[in-house]
Amino acid sequence: MVNWIWLGMIVVSVICGAANGRLEQVAEAAFGGAQTGVTVCLGLISILVFWMGLMKIAENAGLVSFLSRLLAPVVRRMFPDVPSDHPAMGYILSNMSANLLGLGNAATPMGIRAMQELQKLNPEPHVATPAMCTLLALNTASITLVPTTMIAIRMNFGSAHPADIVGTTLLATAVATAAALLADRWYRSRSRPSDPPPALPSAKRKGIAPADPAGGEGSAAL
Amino acid sequence: MTIWIERISAWTIPMLIAFIPLYAALKKVPVYETFIDGAKDGFQTAVAIIPHLVGMMTAIGMFRASGALDALIGLARPLLEAIGVPSEVLPLALLRPITGAGSLAFVSDLIKTQGPDTFAAKVAATIQGSTDTTLYVLTVYFGAVGIRNARYALKVGLFSDLVGFFAAVAACWLMFGAM
Repeated sequence: MVNWIWLGMIVVSVICGAANGRLEQVAEAAFGGAQTGVTVCLGLISILVFWMGLMKIAENAGLVSFLSRLLAPVVRRMFPDVPSDHPAMGYILSNMSANLLGLGNAATPMGIRAMQELQKLNPEPHVATPAMCTLLALNTASITLVPTTMIAIRMNFGSAHPADIVGTTLLATAVATAAALLADRWYRSRSRPSDPPPALPSAKRKGIAPADPAGGEGSAAL
Repeated sequence: MTIWIERISAWTIPMLIAFIPLYAALKKVPVYETFIDGAKDGFQTAVAIIPHLVGMMTAIGMFRASGALDALIGLARPLLEAIGVPSEVLPLALLRPITGAGSLAFVSDLIKTQGPDTFAAKVAATIQGSTDTTLYVLTVYFGAVGIRNARYALKVGLFSDLVGFFAAVAACWLMFGAM
């Protein structure tokens, strides 16, 4: 699906650009976008390097596995195929708590660490596992207690009650997260029968892998 | 309540930064060496994300510059206006899942031009604050571990954005009433 969206956006852009006489701006925007991509990554480097260093300490001190044991009963039901004492659980929980507290730049490295741990359980390294999709769903809906940025911006422009959007945001984010989890559940249960048998990961990777992404996408498409 | 949560947010990071190494040192972990060891991975992870983000940002940039995004918004406008969505916030429904920086800029501009306490500004702020940028999260999280086939994850993310958009509008109607 990502393949088609990407291709679609580019092709539509060129057609639209030609129709609107803005092809020059479109070409410019392509390189501008590439530059933005690199700039964003450069900004991520410092955050990722720092937090991953700190989290390595937490991991070696046993804090991550402690956290996962402590809260596993709650999250285990969302991630039935991850062993409850696996380090991935600890990172998933750190990621969720950071999101909840509005600590965006701490949440991302923790989520990435969780993905890296989930990848170790993945029989096909290029295809997302159901657990990865659930973690992603949680992060795209990103449940938030305090929308700090929005409050700050409204304060900036002289709002009488800058924080009065906290209630509406909480309601909207809870509904969006519930919708994400439900949709994730639905797709997960639908895709289960066509999942590759876990017994044959190496054969799968060697023989069928190149064709598989397309096949998987097709069967999951609406 | 909100002041409390803000205070917790402000304290969490410094506390974490102090507590984790302290606890580890008590457990006889060589803290500095371990930090360096883990930090190396951080650099590699960030570099691994670059191609993914460049690919996405390029397509998004082109899409916006070509006027295709505006055309799409124009198509959706009459439909959404009919069900009580303030017309000013419409572009946000499409911008929010695609670009975090773009939608933030749009919301800031809307708050500035409409006034921070108008109904449209509150709806926009609620939408902006209640979900994350789906394409960005997908690109970064899956890019970091080299996932190329995202299966149904994108559909789930976009679906929750759509639900979140309408939930935000509904929540604002509930709490702030008509404009």
